[in-house]
Amino acid sequence: MAEFIAEYGSLLLQGTIDSIVMTALATLFAYVFGLPLGILVTITQEHSILPCKPVNVVLGWIVNIGRSIPFIILLVFLMPFTRALVGTATGVRGAIVPLVIAATPFVARIVETSLLEVEAGLIEVAHAVGATVKQIVFKVMLPEAKPSILVGVPLTFITLLGYSAMAGAVGAGGLGDIAIRYGYYRYQDIVMFATIVLIVIIVQIIQSGGMWFAKKNDKRIRK
Amino acid sequence: MIEIKNLSKIYNTNYGEFKALEDINITINDGDIFGIIGMSGAGKSTLLRCINLLEKPSSGHVVIDGQDITGFAGSQLLQLRRNIGMVFQRFNLLMQRTVKDNVAFPLEICGVPKADRDKRVAELLELVGLADKANNYPVQLSGGQQQRVAIARALANNPGIILCDEPTSALDSLTTSSLLQLLKEINEKLGVTIVIITHEMSVVNKICNRVAVINDARIIEQGVTKEVFSNPQHEMTKLLLSDLIVVKGGEN
Repeated sequence: MAEFIAEYGSLLLQGTIDSIVMTALATLFAYVFGLPLGILVTITQEHSILPCKPVNVVLGWIVNIGRSIPFIILLVFLMPFTRALVGTATGVRGAIVPLVIAATPFVARIVETSLLEVEAGLIEVAHAVGATVKQIVFKVMLPEAKPSILVGVPLTFITLLGYSAMAGAVGAGGLGDIAIRYGYYRYQDIVMFATIVLIVIIVQIIQSGGMWFAKKNDKRIRK
Repeated sequence: MIEIKNLSKIYNTNYGEFKALEDINITINDGDIFGIIGMSGAGKSTLLRCINLLEKPSSGHVVIDGQDITGFAGSQLLQLRRNIGMVFQRFNLLMQRTVKDNVAFPLEICGVPKADRDKRVAELLELVGLADKANNYPVQLSGGQQQRVAIARALANNPGIILCDEPTSALDSLTTSSLLQLLKEINEKLGVTIVIITHEMSVVNKICNRVAVINDARIIEQGVTKEVFSNPQHEMTKLLLSDLIVVKGGEN
């Protein structure tokens, strides 16, 4: 054990850090783009607060197309774009671009689902007190959907952690990269096993931490 | 004064036209507690929502204090709604906000400064008897208490009119009585006109000075509560009243 840690410890530590940084940054940017997109997709629906069919249909297409391309294909397809945008298509930096593009429509959909859970009665209250569309979004829909939206964050993070491991196949760095290089190409099963353990631990921490945080922020739960 | 003139509401559904309201004529005077009573599906909820244009009438007019509001849109509509309070059957409180922030909500929407909001909210919570619950969340309150918060919220902007959509239907009879008492006090103290829709005759009997009976999208009878109740003309009114008479019989 001590021998294993001495030999691969720093490698695995760096891989863990790379995976977490890559995934966390991608999650952050995915929300920067996905949250407004999800809001727009929701409020432009028929019977919502800003119905606009053309906008809704076009945004719906964009989201669906984004969600239907398998990540590994998107990754390769986007390489020239990634290179143009951040100067490289490999490493942590190169992986973030396709990760964000893959996750943005995903985030938009889960934000939409959360927003649709807000009771129609509350939107009616907002209309009845003369709230504007902007006020309804920021004072009613988002705050009331907040606990549900927060539940989506670990979900996104964990999905992206899986994607980031795939990005390892094209030299994106992180635990997926290590698993492929050492476990697959060099038949060092023990290293691959270690990466799996580390990924499972990260997932557990993010999932339970995320759920704890979401619950803590939900005022519908009696404390 | 609220005048509803020849008002109709037709929904185009997949099954063809559905007439929710037909040729409604009602006049509600300032300071009235006006009851609109009918069975489920009679159209009373739609009628109430036509008063603040949450539902757009298909034809006819709603005139408030001499001003025809039927065509209001944009900021004019928002302004109108800010001057009409509304109370709902299911309370519809914002669950992620404290009691005091729920009451402050309409004031926030109008851009009232924080200091003025706090002062007004404290007054209102005092009025509805929930000053000690200011920092609680709705989930920590009983149904009756939640409805009191909703009433405080409806009063926040000093509206001349409060629309109540089955305000006591989700409450037990004891809580109903105290809530109706509160509405009556508010009406007397502040002179607010209250329009209340309900399917319970006892609610009308307790607090409404005037009543309209709606059946199958039409008003079948209206007038001073006592007169309508003592001499009902329409079969449906008699049917609705039988409920009340049984209760009264039990008391004797």
